[in-house]
Amino acid sequence: MTSLYAVLAVILFTIGLIGFLIRRNALVVFMCVELMLNACNLLFVAFSSHHGVLDGQMAAFFVMVVAAAEVVIGLSIIVMITRTRRSTSVDAENVLKG
Amino acid sequence: MMVSSLMVTDFSLVWMLIAIPAVMAGLLLSLGKVTNSFGHFLATLAPLASFTLAVMYFLDLWGKPVGERTVDIPLYTWISSGSWQIEAGLLIDPLSILFVLLITGVGSLIHIYSLGYMAHDPHRRRFFAYLNLFIAAMLLLVLANNYLVLFVGWEGVGLASYLLISFWQEKPSAAAAGKKAFIVNRVGDMGLLIAAFTMLAMFSSTSFVDVSAGADMLSPGWATFIGIMLLVGACGKSAQVPLQSWLLDAMEGPTPVSALIHAATMVTAGVYLVVRSGAIFEQSPIAQLAVAIVGTVTLLVGAWIGCSKDDIKKVLAGSTMSQIGYMMLAAGIGPAGYAFAIFHLLTHGFFKANMFLGAGSVMHATNDDVDMRHYGALRQVLPITFVTFAMGYLAIIGFPMFAGFYSKDHIIEAAFHGQPILGVLALIGAGVTAFYMTRLMMMTFFGQSRWRQGVHPHESPAVMWIPLVFLAIGSLIGGMALNSWIGSWLAPIGAEVGEHTSWLPAITPIGLITMAVVGCGVALGWLLFKKDIPDTAPQKVSIFTTIGRNDLFGDVVNDYAVVKPAELLSRAVATTDEKGITPGIEGFGRFVETLGTKLRVIQNGYVRTYGLTMVIGIVFLGLFLLLSRLV
Repeated sequence: MTSLYAVLAVILFTIGLIGFLIRRNALVVFMCVELMLNACNLLFVAFSSHHGVLDGQMAAFFVMVVAAAEVVIGLSIIVMITRTRRSTSVDAENVLKG
Repeated sequence: MMVSSLMVTDFSLVWMLIAIPAVMAGLLLSLGKVTNSFGHFLATLAPLASFTLAVMYFLDLWGKPVGERTVDIPLYTWISSGSWQIEAGLLIDPLSILFVLLITGVGSLIHIYSLGYMAHDPHRRRFFAYLNLFIAAMLLLVLANNYLVLFVGWEGVGLASYLLISFWQEKPSAAAAGKKAFIVNRVGDMGLLIAAFTMLAMFSSTSFVDVSAGADMLSPGWATFIGIMLLVGACGKSAQVPLQSWLLDAMEGPTPVSALIHAATMVTAGVYLVVRSGAIFEQSPIAQLAVAIVGTVTLLVGAWIGCSKDDIKKVLAGSTMSQIGYMMLAAGIGPAGYAFAIFHLLTHGFFKANMFLGAGSVMHATNDDVDMRHYGALRQVLPITFVTFAMGYLAIIGFPMFAGFYSKDHIIEAAFHGQPILGVLALIGAGVTAFYMTRLMMMTFFGQSRWRQGVHPHESPAVMWIPLVFLAIGSLIGGMALNSWIGSWLAPIGAEVGEHTSWLPAITPIGLITMAVVGCGVALGWLLFKKDIPDTAPQKVSIFTTIGRNDLFGDVVNDYAVVKPAELLSRAVATTDEKGITPGIEGFGRFVETLGTKLRVIQNGYVRTYGLTMVIGIVFLGLFLLLSRLV
């Protein structure tokens, strides 16, 4: 049973990773990051249930809290960038280079 | 004694002796221009106040029984660290009180003289502040009850000497002379410090009492080591061979400074140190002999230099070296010589200060000319200066009944009893002293006038000649006044009481021979220099004169022994820095810069690239973890 959850989590993570690497829309990239985080959460919870200890669920809560904070900051950054640069493409934001 | 019973003398106030001039120096230096108009009068009052106090303490000691004449005044704990307890304290005893009287007495007279001499100097206030600083430091030096506090005073007088030699700092020669004095003194200070540290290691204390008490237990090797290190210290401060070279250059300072610091007081600190450390030297005949030899060599070197110089101040500086050589010789003879060393030191303080101030008066009259070839026949226009100078002259050559007659004869006689060879050399030195001092007198006050154009010599103002008169009286009666009691007075500090207890000199064969030798020197000087003096120094002179004019090539020796190697070393260091270290550091900097330029390209600004990098990193990390599990 747990192995199915693990496979699902790996699939979700891979989708998120590939999306993170190839998509240009900042919002989609952002969603992909969330997808990866939640794939991890799924694994945590699955293994927690498998081993019968609560540590994994604890970790999942931490990840959620961090993700929530990250969403707040990340979204506000994206909104600000969209307002000033009239674009949501992540490739447009290439001025921070050496 | 009546005087002491009337007086309420509180020895806990001895620190006031030092504090008065020190505070005055601080006031003059910190208040600045406010005190320009009256600061020099205040500064003159400071040593006078200390002198008054010192006379009271002296009379008090005089009235006490011999055994109670040593008063130790603890002040506070200076350093307290683990098992070290170093107390700062003062010591009044027959030796230090004599020094205090000399320093404050002659110091006061020189302050008064300076009122006239420095009247038109734009930095008069600074000058007087430094003089007060010197008085304070010198008093601390002689009143300290241990070697570390003494060292503070020792450095203080060194500082004051440096500041005053280079007082006319706009003259490059004066600035250089100040530096030279300071640096040469550093060598001596190192010796004194090593001696003090060794004492700390041996006795866990540097106080004179503990050192004297513990000296018996010292092994001969350590006693010799401490003795030699003390001698190095004394050589630096007292301009003894081989650290003599700074004293002649020190004449760049204003003449009152030469009189006070470089004749009467500071340069005698080395003699004080040796006498004060008598207990150590008595444990080591080698160190004692070294002191006596250094003294003898210096008295001859100083006399040699004195014979060949045309600069009146340099002749006097050479003679100062020479006279301090006599004191060192006496101090090196041992307990039998201590009293004579101090005796000669006191009389020398009078007559040398007298002659230096007289030279200042002559310079004052001749627009600051120091070349004796430009003087001549000054006795008619400077009668007071001439008479007072003559007193100093008679005192230094040892004319019967004058001050130097008593003190120098004692030293020569003691030298004959101790080391006959040194006695003979000291006797020759006395003859040479008579010769060059006669030369100085003849060239300055007698003969034809060789004044430069526009020079109209005139007698100095009263504020300058009154101190001269006091010092001349000291040169005249100083010997007679001290001769009968100084030996027994100094007995508590280890001096052996001689049989010279009357104010009349004892007629001895050696005394008569000395008088004959001195007579020859005077006659020779008179015969050679009664004729016309050439206006410029002759170039074709004997090898002896050439050597003397070059200060026995002391500077050349220093140049080759110290200055040149130091220059080579610093040049090597500079080259290493320039050719080795600088290119290395710069190369490394360039490497980092190039690396940065290359690595910069990676930062292309695309979020996806950063993301990919991160992913690759994580993959590698995962692989690493997996592989490490497998292995």
